[in-house]
Amino acid sequence: MLILISLYAALIIFTGIITIRFRKNPLAGKYTAPAVYALASLILFYIIIKGYISFQNEVISLNWSLPFTEFKIGADYITLFFMIPLMLLTASCSLYGAQYFKGKGADSLHWFSYALLVSGMVMVLISRNVVLFLISWEIMSFSSFLLVITDYEKEQVRKAGWIYFITAHVGTAFLFTAFLLLSSTSGSFDFDIFNKISFSVGKSNLIFITALIGFGLKAGFIPFHIWLPLAHPAAPSHVSALMSGIMIKMGIYGIIRVLLFLNLFQLWWGILLITLGAVTGILGVLFAIGQKDIKKLLAYSSVENIGIILLGLGMGITGKYYNNEIVSVFGFAGAFLHIFNHAVFKAFLFLGAGSVMRQTGTGEIDRLGGLVKKIPWTAYLFLAGSAAISGLPFFNGFISELFIYISSVTGAVKSGGAVMPLVSAVTVMSLAAIGGFSSLCFSKLFGAVFQGVPRKNDISDVRDVPSLMKISMIFLVLFTVFIGMTSFAVLPFIEKPALILSGVISEHGSYFSQLKNILINVSFILASTFLLILLLLLIKSKKYKKRVINVKETWGCGYSFPTNSMQYTASSYSAGVVDKFSDLLAGRMTHNFSEEFFPQKKWSFSSDVEDWFLSRIYIWVVKKIDRILALLRWFQCGKAGVYVLYVALTVVILIIWKFVL
Amino acid sequence: MINNIISPLTALLISPLLAGIINKTKAFFAGRKGVPLLQMYYDLYRFFKKGFVVSSVTSSVFYIAPVIVFAATLAASVLVPLVSSVKSLSFTGDFILLFYLLALARFFLISSSLDTGSSFEGMGASREAFFSALAEPAAFISVLTILRLQDTTVFADSLISHHGGNPVILILAAVPLFIIMLAENARIPFDDPETHLELTMIHEVMILDNSGPDLALYEYASAIKLWIFSLIIVRTVMIPFSVSPGIEVILLIFLIFLISAAAGIVESILARASLLKVPKLIFSAGVTAFLGFFISFSKVFGW
Repeated sequence: MLILISLYAALIIFTGIITIRFRKNPLAGKYTAPAVYALASLILFYIIIKGYISFQNEVISLNWSLPFTEFKIGADYITLFFMIPLMLLTASCSLYGAQYFKGKGADSLHWFSYALLVSGMVMVLISRNVVLFLISWEIMSFSSFLLVITDYEKEQVRKAGWIYFITAHVGTAFLFTAFLLLSSTSGSFDFDIFNKISFSVGKSNLIFITALIGFGLKAGFIPFHIWLPLAHPAAPSHVSALMSGIMIKMGIYGIIRVLLFLNLFQLWWGILLITLGAVTGILGVLFAIGQKDIKKLLAYSSVENIGIILLGLGMGITGKYYNNEIVSVFGFAGAFLHIFNHAVFKAFLFLGAGSVMRQTGTGEIDRLGGLVKKIPWTAYLFLAGSAAISGLPFFNGFISELFIYISSVTGAVKSGGAVMPLVSAVTVMSLAAIGGFSSLCFSKLFGAVFQGVPRKNDISDVRDVPSLMKISMIFLVLFTVFIGMTSFAVLPFIEKPALILSGVISEHGSYFSQLKNILINVSFILASTFLLILLLLLIKSKKYKKRVINVKETWGCGYSFPTNSMQYTASSYSAGVVDKFSDLLAGRMTHNFSEEFFPQKKWSFSSDVEDWFLSRIYIWVVKKIDRILALLRWFQCGKAGVYVLYVALTVVILIIWKFVL
Repeated sequence: MINNIISPLTALLISPLLAGIINKTKAFFAGRKGVPLLQMYYDLYRFFKKGFVVSSVTSSVFYIAPVIVFAATLAASVLVPLVSSVKSLSFTGDFILLFYLLALARFFLISSSLDTGSSFEGMGASREAFFSALAEPAAFISVLTILRLQDTTVFADSLISHHGGNPVILILAAVPLFIIMLAENARIPFDDPETHLELTMIHEVMILDNSGPDLALYEYASAIKLWIFSLIIVRTVMIPFSVSPGIEVILLIFLIFLISAAAGIVESILARASLLKVPKLIFSAGVTAFLGFFISFSKVFGW
């Protein structure tokens, strides 16, 4: 398996390089590269699914000319689990990307960076050595930066890329600290040694917190989310899908990997993760509700879903601390399943958003409307995604939230003491609030973009997207519905990583057979409901044709000259929430109403929800730091001779330090 | 399993009666004769026989939504057991499925109302979505309290278990559920089911453009939803004792009628709250629920 995975990474890189080499040939950029990526990913996806159950850990280590270290890669169930959504998304996003760019297609640099990103992620997952891991991490961050600035002519895109670049590297700085702490304690750069050594409580705390910040800047939970709502709208849609679907999960992967090193979990880690998860989930979805751009909304919704994953991880850690195995196993299982689920539905929501923007030329929610009649495929797939991300039954989002609910309900009801039940109750409440608000958020999005009549833009000549783009979305939707309806079938895939992380040795997989019974009950009820729906639809369709009396415009309370702009807009739909939570959201309204009589063309009104984390906190902090660092600016004078002097001085100091002191 | 068939069937049979009882109570307070008790049955029958009038703006979401709303609500009623002596489908986290099926129904109701492109329906949808997002956490905390009292993670078991429990805590769990019932079922003080002004409505305005069988399905679904909430509340506060299943069911239905009468009394003596105050009202229900949950720790703290 490991050899196949490394071969895959090599093949992807090789194809990327070939694409660059033959950049003059239009076919190479347009179809060949994405076709190879998609095919290779699909094959590896199939192989991993097939060999998953009987898999044994594998490690390969080779000599390497870099100091202190060897080239060590490995695969365990955590790696393998993350490979599944990665392969799935790479396949569908490549297919989608092949037709996404109108006209000449993507340039070869795009597909080269794409190859770097995919293989970078694969390398992150399989590296078993600090140096290799950090190199792969940098490859991943840098190539995604290149992809974000695909449309570098626009100033907005360059700004987004710049902020992403900075946050990614601040994150890497924290990762260096975390890994230096790990290696200085264990005296090695080898992940396997980290696993074997037990760290003291103080060291563990320090490592946990630095790793949480470092990986959190990639995963994008609040307050480290600032780059997501900027970078996702800037990037091409299939890249946003890949980044939001799986790249931010690499941050979660990192947290999980570090948790495996630190085998002794502390209570406050769990409480911290649950607090972060609750804040991230609720604030994330509230921010999403206030957005006016489709992809910005989806980006905030990714933040929210990272919150749900953190809630699961937090329950898992708390459960493990209290030796409550059910809470721990199901909490981790929920986190793992949500990682996969969110990858799938968020990816096709981004692809759907991309289709809307590609076909209509705008992503502004309040300009759109009525698209369900023009691009029905995209619309109905988007509806399925909206239901899935709101955690509604029949779709996969419900199943992973159910796992976390089961974990937290068990924690709230069946455990002694006060801490565990209270923490669990907080999880239950946050999940419920997140579910309710995300259902508001996505009914708004679907309603405003696809339903009603177009508000501003003319959509009379909008057509549905080309076939490859459709296929890539349908492919992902199938997984959503499959997991939603027959959830018990995917349990074995969740079981292995969840048991490893919770450290539960279960001979007969007893917790998972309990879970399986629950899921069979759920599937049974859902299947009967589905049959009832089909039956009622059948009856309705028979009666409907005969009995439609009248088709008229929507009832306007007696007003018979409605215009399109009289419709409810997305902003008014969300205004109630934005007003109520104005302390958290910092909504802004600007208007220009002059004194003249009522209908005036020059009057204007706009409202916006600002991300005050960026505009108030980060900018403030950065300005302070800038002021302090300005004192050192003379150091960089820009003259080559002086820099050579610095080098010489450093060498002299080092020599003195080595031989004299 | 038999319970899971009895429950929805009873809901189908009796739920339209609850609206009749509420209306009768209100009529009594107003000194009127009021509409017949069985009016809703006649209405449903009439609607089912009528034809459809549809808006030209709508898409197939509008077409399938009534069916999904009805089926999901009915499926939710499967999860609330009626008879305590009969074995029923029970599993950990069943109330999650229950509330999420109702959420599914709500999602499609909202989508279908947005499908018409009407401003009024948009307003109703926005309010419905917002208020229910606030109500859900409060309801879940009440449920957690009930589960803690009966020491089980299965909601169906906790409703029919014979442990009883501290009455103060039971009431602190039931009162928020009653408030949430009023909110979720569009009753005064949250919504006025009888108003004729579209601007102020929540639930009624969302189904403005539905007619005939579609309207019947929506009305039927909301009656079943009222039934589900009433049954949960009655099951929560009724100190269980062993009686034969027949008497138990009769007693239950009688108590459910009492709950409906209580809702009628609330509607008669309270004015409808201003829409801006509704979130506060739901929030106070949530705080009450949390208080109940907190008191359920009394043993832990040695109170």
